[in-house]
Amino acid sequence: MAEYDDAITLRLEGIRKAYGVGTPAETEVLHGIDLILKRGEFAALIGPSGSGKSTLLNIIGLLDQPNQGKLFITGQSTELLKDIELTRLRASEIGFIFQFHNLLPAFTALENVMLPRLAELGHPNEEMRLIAAELIEKVGLTPWKEHKSNDLSGGQQQRVAIARALVMNPALVLADEPTGNLDTKSADSVFDLMREMNKTNGTTFLIVTHDPRLAQRCDRIIEMVDGNIASDKENLNVLKIGDNNTHIS
Amino acid sequence: MNPLFPFEWIVATRFMREGRMQTLLIIGGVALGVSVIVFISALISGLQSNLFRRTLDFQAQIVILPPEEIARPLRGLNYQKANKQESVLVQARAQRLRSIDQWQKVRDQLLLMKNVTVVAPVVSGAGFVIRADANRAITLTGIEPENYLRLIALKDKIIAGSANVTSSDILVGIELAKDMGVSMGDKLTLRTASGGTATLMISGIFDFGNKGQNQRAVYVAFRTAQSLLNLAGGASSLEVNVADPFSAENIAQDIQAQTGLKVESWIATNAQFFSALAAQSMSNTIIRFFVGLTAALGIASVLVVSVVQKSKEIGLLRATGTSRQQVLRIFLLQGALMGLMGSIVGSLMGWGFLMLWRGIAKNADGTPLFVINFDPMLFLYAALGATLVGTLAAMFPALRAARLDPAVAIRG
Ligand SMILES: Nc1ncnc2c1ncn2[C@@H]1O[C@H](COP(=O)(O)OP(=O)(O)OP(=O)(O)O)[C@@H](O)[C@H]1O
Ligand SMILES: [Mg+2]
Repeated sequence: MAEYDDAITLRLEGIRKAYGVGTPAETEVLHGIDLILKRGEFAALIGPSGSGKSTLLNIIGLLDQPNQGKLFITGQSTELLKDIELTRLRASEIGFIFQFHNLLPAFTALENVMLPRLAELGHPNEEMRLIAAELIEKVGLTPWKEHKSNDLSGGQQQRVAIARALVMNPALVLADEPTGNLDTKSADSVFDLMREMNKTNGTTFLIVTHDPRLAQRCDRIIEMVDGNIASDKENLNVLKIGDNNTHIS
Repeated sequence: MNPLFPFEWIVATRFMREGRMQTLLIIGGVALGVSVIVFISALISGLQSNLFRRTLDFQAQIVILPPEEIARPLRGLNYQKANKQESVLVQARAQRLRSIDQWQKVRDQLLLMKNVTVVAPVVSGAGFVIRADANRAITLTGIEPENYLRLIALKDKIIAGSANVTSSDILVGIELAKDMGVSMGDKLTLRTASGGTATLMISGIFDFGNKGQNQRAVYVAFRTAQSLLNLAGGASSLEVNVADPFSAENIAQDIQAQTGLKVESWIATNAQFFSALAAQSMSNTIIRFFVGLTAALGIASVLVVSVVQKSKEIGLLRATGTSRQQVLRIFLLQGALMGLMGSIVGSLMGWGFLMLWRGIAKNADGTPLFVINFDPMLFLYAALGATLVGTLAAMFPALRAARLDPAVAIRG
């Protein structure tokens, strides 16, 4: 993880995003978002469907550009960066976990975890294999590491995705409904795994979820409504790992 | 994952293996095209070199003759144009047998030119062979064996005796020998229009594989021909070979410009043959072009489909640190590999067809109908060409893949 003084992983200032700019169908879906994520935070992003959560996550992850506003990642402004520089910054500082299609089916679990390092270096080496194997061990999939990703269950695939998101040792992991596709039990264990990685590595997490029960297990809950942040508060009674039976809504 | 292979190679080959059926089909398609090219090219170049050999076996590449004695029209050209009704009678003068002025000097001058490999003086003219009641019209050629035998393949065509004629010898074709009922060691009398007569001994019989040549051509020693044709000390032509037969026409023009003599190359005298060759080469080029185009379209369409199918995976690669350039290279590489693999399989298939063809196309006596020219460079060119075509064909789909908006691709 990169070192920086102010311990701020992410800073958003007045982020606006509109689709179909210049057409009659132009619609603004983010209306000036301000947000700060501190190092080591474990935050949930909730809100109704269409409120702009995925759009915001893609902008933070440098997959999409805002029409207005400023974005700083580990203190670095992304305003004037070219595509290749954005790719490098994304590779080194941001890990992604999506809801579906997280893995390349042509590769084994271990290879999927290696991919970001492979893309960075340009060719495989033993070091990246060891790092990936260690992460596979941490997510509890060592017996499955040589299996193609299609052989894995949904929960196992998400565990591989978590390992891959962490392989570059990023400052920030962005997860867009990472458990949306899983049964409750798998969802809980995947969630627990992210929490554990957050605790042991100090990696900042921003997790979009529709599941209030899981949101309650985050340190902070940010709620979006219609392209604005409607509420943003510390979650004072965070449920602990393993408290699977309690349901708060 | 082999550490020797770069990231793009690893992803490209995995993608190709994943779309196994598509990959195999397109490689099969490219291979079929390449095999057609290999087969046809080998066939045509074999055919051409056979025809060359057959032509140049009994013909010098360049023949130098004395300047023509020009018959002049009585009136000027302008006059002719103005009065079209009035035809101007111009009768070509009969060309009598003449020697090249100072042919030894010309020969020495030619031998100094680079590219010229052989210069052989020749005296030739018409005559008859006579034996008892029989006589036949022949074309008599007087040669210096030490030079002339390096010029054409006469030596290889000798079926009895030797091609090294001395002043009392004569070489005849197999048909003439049959017609006259003579064989090795027999005597034949030769008479020319200018009145020369000599009785010579048959010291060799040749077979050019051409009935006309075997009936008409007769070779004697240079000096014998000079006296028979009443051309003492002279040479009616100088015959020349050069290092590259295809440059003969250019060199012939140079010689003409330098000496003022009449110079003919085998290319000019076989103009029809050469235009047929050019047509053949042209049709071969057209075939190559269309096969290449078909292969390119096939590869491009397979990759366009693959980019659509894999758009989520491409988005995922982009989200996890793969650059646009890397995505571009992953797809270009797939096109190049499809072309390369197609060309390797196709070269083997083409080679197989050629072997099969060689087994089928045979002369009555079991010898191959013609030698197939088997240039291994053709395989190299096919591989390079197909790889290039594959890369170019992949350009459009690869650019599409590289320009994919990862946010849209992942959202699907
Ligand atoms: N590429 C696009 N073009 C046009 N409109 C878009 C595009 N992407 C998203 N939108 C619109 O932007 C709005 C926000 O979408 P977004 O996907 O960010 O919502 P979300 O909060 O993630 O919803 P969900 O919970 O269903 O995933 C929606 O109205 C959506 O229709
Ligand atoms: Mg969403």
